Amino acid sequence: MSVISHGADWDFDLIERYDLEIGKVAAEFGLDTYPNQVEIITSEQMLDAYASSGLPIGYPHWSYGKEFIRNEQAYRRGMQGLAYEIVINSSPCIAYLMEENTMTTQALVIAHACYGHNSFFKSNHLFRQWTDAEAILDYLVFARHYVMECEERHGAEAVEEVLDACHALMAHGVDRYRRPAAPTLKAETERLKAREAHREREFNDLWRTVPTITREKRKPRSEHFPAEPQENILYFVEKHSPKLEPWQRELVRIVRKLAQYFDPQAQTKVMNEGWATFWHYTILNRLHEKRLVDDGFMLEFLKSHTNVIAQPAYDSKAYSGLNPYALGFAMFSDLRRICEKPTAEDRAWFPDIAGGDWQKTLDFAMRNFKDESFVGQYLSPRLIREFHLFAIADHESERDLVVDSIHDEHGYKRVRKLLSEQHAHYMRVPDVQVIRYDRDGDRSLTLRHHRRRGRPLTDAAAQVVAHLRRLWGFSVRLETWDGESRIGDVMECAA
Amino acid sequence: MLHLIDRRPSSRGRSAVNRERFLRRYKSHIQDAVRKMVGERKLADMEQGGQVRVPKKDISEPSFGFAHGGDREFVLPGNREFVAGDHIPRPQGGGGGGGNGSAGEGESEDAFVFSLSREEFMQIFFDDLELPNLARTELGHTEQKRSVRAGYAKTGVPANLAIVRTLRQSLARRIALGGSLAQSIAELEAEFGTAAATGHAKRAAEIYAELERIGRRRGELPFIDEPDLRYRNRVMRPEPIARAVMFCLMDVSASMDEDKKDLAKRFFTLLYLFLTRKYGQVDLVFIRHTDDAEEVDEDTFFHDTRSGGTVVFSALDLAEKIRAERYARGWNVYCAQASDGDAFGADPARSARFLREKLLPATRYYAYLELASSNSIDHVSALWSEYERVADSTDNLAMRKASERDQIYPVFRELFRKESQ
Repeated sequence: MSVISHGADWDFDLIERYDLEIGKVAAEFGLDTYPNQVEIITSEQMLDAYASSGLPIGYPHWSYGKEFIRNEQAYRRGMQGLAYEIVINSSPCIAYLMEENTMTTQALVIAHACYGHNSFFKSNHLFRQWTDAEAILDYLVFARHYVMECEERHGAEAVEEVLDACHALMAHGVDRYRRPAAPTLKAETERLKAREAHREREFNDLWRTVPTITREKRKPRSEHFPAEPQENILYFVEKHSPKLEPWQRELVRIVRKLAQYFDPQAQTKVMNEGWATFWHYTILNRLHEKRLVDDGFMLEFLKSHTNVIAQPAYDSKAYSGLNPYALGFAMFSDLRRICEKPTAEDRAWFPDIAGGDWQKTLDFAMRNFKDESFVGQYLSPRLIREFHLFAIADHESERDLVVDSIHDEHGYKRVRKLLSEQHAHYMRVPDVQVIRYDRDGDRSLTLRHHRRRGRPLTDAAAQVVAHLRRLWGFSVRLETWDGESRIGDVMECAA
Repeated sequence: MLHLIDRRPSSRGRSAVNRERFLRRYKSHIQDAVRKMVGERKLADMEQGGQVRVPKKDISEPSFGFAHGGDREFVLPGNREFVAGDHIPRPQGGGGGGGNGSAGEGESEDAFVFSLSREEFMQIFFDDLELPNLARTELGHTEQKRSVRAGYAKTGVPANLAIVRTLRQSLARRIALGGSLAQSIAELEAEFGTAAATGHAKRAAEIYAELERIGRRRGELPFIDEPDLRYRNRVMRPEPIARAVMFCLMDVSASMDEDKKDLAKRFFTLLYLFLTRKYGQVDLVFIRHTDDAEEVDEDTFFHDTRSGGTVVFSALDLAEKIRAERYARGWNVYCAQASDGDAFGADPARSARFLREKLLPATRYYAYLELASSNSIDHVSALWSEYERVADSTDNLAMRKASERDQIYPVFRELFRKESQ
């Protein structure tokens, strides 16, 4: 075999040849992927893609404009570089490559996105359960058309009001315990038509003349509705809001669906990036072993790679949180090491996998975990030492911050547990649930914030409640509970 | 397997619609910024884009989130000196180093800054004044004639002969007339060949004579004939004059304070922008006056104060002199006068007469803006009542009073209405 190409220049034939070779290596390692679609774009188009979270089609909204302007400003002033790639979870899996990239970078990106991310999207249980890669593009088309049609009929302001309110509650529009039906463009259109038709069929002017039942005669309904607290606020609004027009309900649904689509990505950031980084590293090294790429290629690749997986210390200027690429890559590489060259410590900590088949182990980890459980399960003492991880306790009653535990014999378990919790849903999103809808009274909606360990909500909560009130149409209250007792004032946004 | 698409040629600016929505949503902020820019700029720079700052808190999208307080732990990388149980003083200004990373990232800027393009700037500028489709208005009649090409003609002077066109005609004619001859020559030649080969000498001689006759006829087709001649044609077409001059006349006596000057500036700006949209080249002449008029540059015009009495006539006279001297022919003349109307004695009547007799006939449009204090808007000044009489008898004088910014616009509406009728 001879080297595929020398130098930085790329063209379409070369990209295809690299993809072919990378695909062969990926198949060697048994990566299962959706078909790939690679799109070459300019930096300007990359900025466009940024603004819409990488989605090729989005409905129009001012917040995307804001995002676009922000990125554009930062980029023009040189404060921020652009990512080499964006990849979205769909089938075919669409990856964007920037035209400015060198051949090496393009190959890196193909290995990273088209084989790394792609296989993760296809196999990780969260993506399999909650997203339908086949249908998402259709659904986006439907959503865009629907929003634009609503704007035409009801005015852009009215639509914007609903979307703003929904965006404020997006983090609370995610189901975590039920499988949503797969929406396709066809099914969605049919569903809407059926809804219309039903309304027309059932129209009967006589209903107007039927005397209404007085309050006393009506059968008393159960005291509490909903019977169980509901954590998916947007879903509750969509199904039960007394005032929403059908089109508004549909908009709520669209935002909710998108929130659901993006949720697995938020829950698997470390794993997803780690997996993709691990595989671009492994695949490109294999290409080098096969003498398909030259040393110059490898040097350039390694430079990009080390930039990507750099983890600055907490007190460095460059520090901006734990780098998911660094942590994820280190964990997957470490898993391979534990399988291939286990130490006595590894055998004590990971008796099941130490000395096992590394490909099977990695595949199992990739399929069945999310960040929270992945860190909880696989973060090894060795990595805790390498990253010099330490935990700080920030307790209200203490005057100072206290170092809770560090990378030593006593601290490993504790650090691992805390880092795992740090990636948990309840650490990212406050626990706010719908507890009561006063159907027979003033139709008010009551939310309960279950305060965990005394952590309060930000002041923005009042605005969110006001947004919810706009969707709901009647009073909305927000109570705060700590354990079994209510604390503080009830925040109320009156009708 | 790989599906490779080159998206580069496809449409850019997919976010344009979202950007526009963002601008619309923060219109009030942007309008404030535009208003400020207008105040600071020179007239001729007025059309450029600019930077807008919006406070970050006004554009944040709310969601439920964790505030500081309560108990939490977070894991950080890069420990060098700490052991379990160490105490670290809380950093000032909010607790913790942000273990989630979401709290402390890039929030240091307190304003969201972005640039407006020239078009966006203009749109907002006119939007503020609700001036619809200003540039589309037809402006009066045309005055200049220009010779433009208008195809080809069959007659003309030799200097305008279009040679290529003529030769093309000639070639076409020769092909058309010579075609049937060439065909019969070909037929006869073939016949001649067979006749000569089979020994019919008599027949061959006949054919030979015939061939000669036809050949002569073909030779007699003229190379260029009278009907072939084509000449470049030009016609005179009336064209609007593409240059305009705008006279800005302002009273700068002590009673004109900064507010009134600001109103005047807006007023001049609108007219200027209107003219730049209409004409290729717009000259500005700034004339200020107290009891005596002088031509000054823009800075002095807006920012320098002088004190003294008010003689409007002096400014009109100077404007007319400058017009006659520099802009006598081939210019569209516009005048905009801003004053608080405090003229005394014989001055108003004299000015009005001068305006009617001298200045108005030579200008396309004359706009007079009287700047009143908001409490004396009903007061009728001497100059106003004199001008009013002039306005009744002519149709290119518009006059308005204004004491607030939003009243500037109706003057232009006036300008608009007259022109479209």
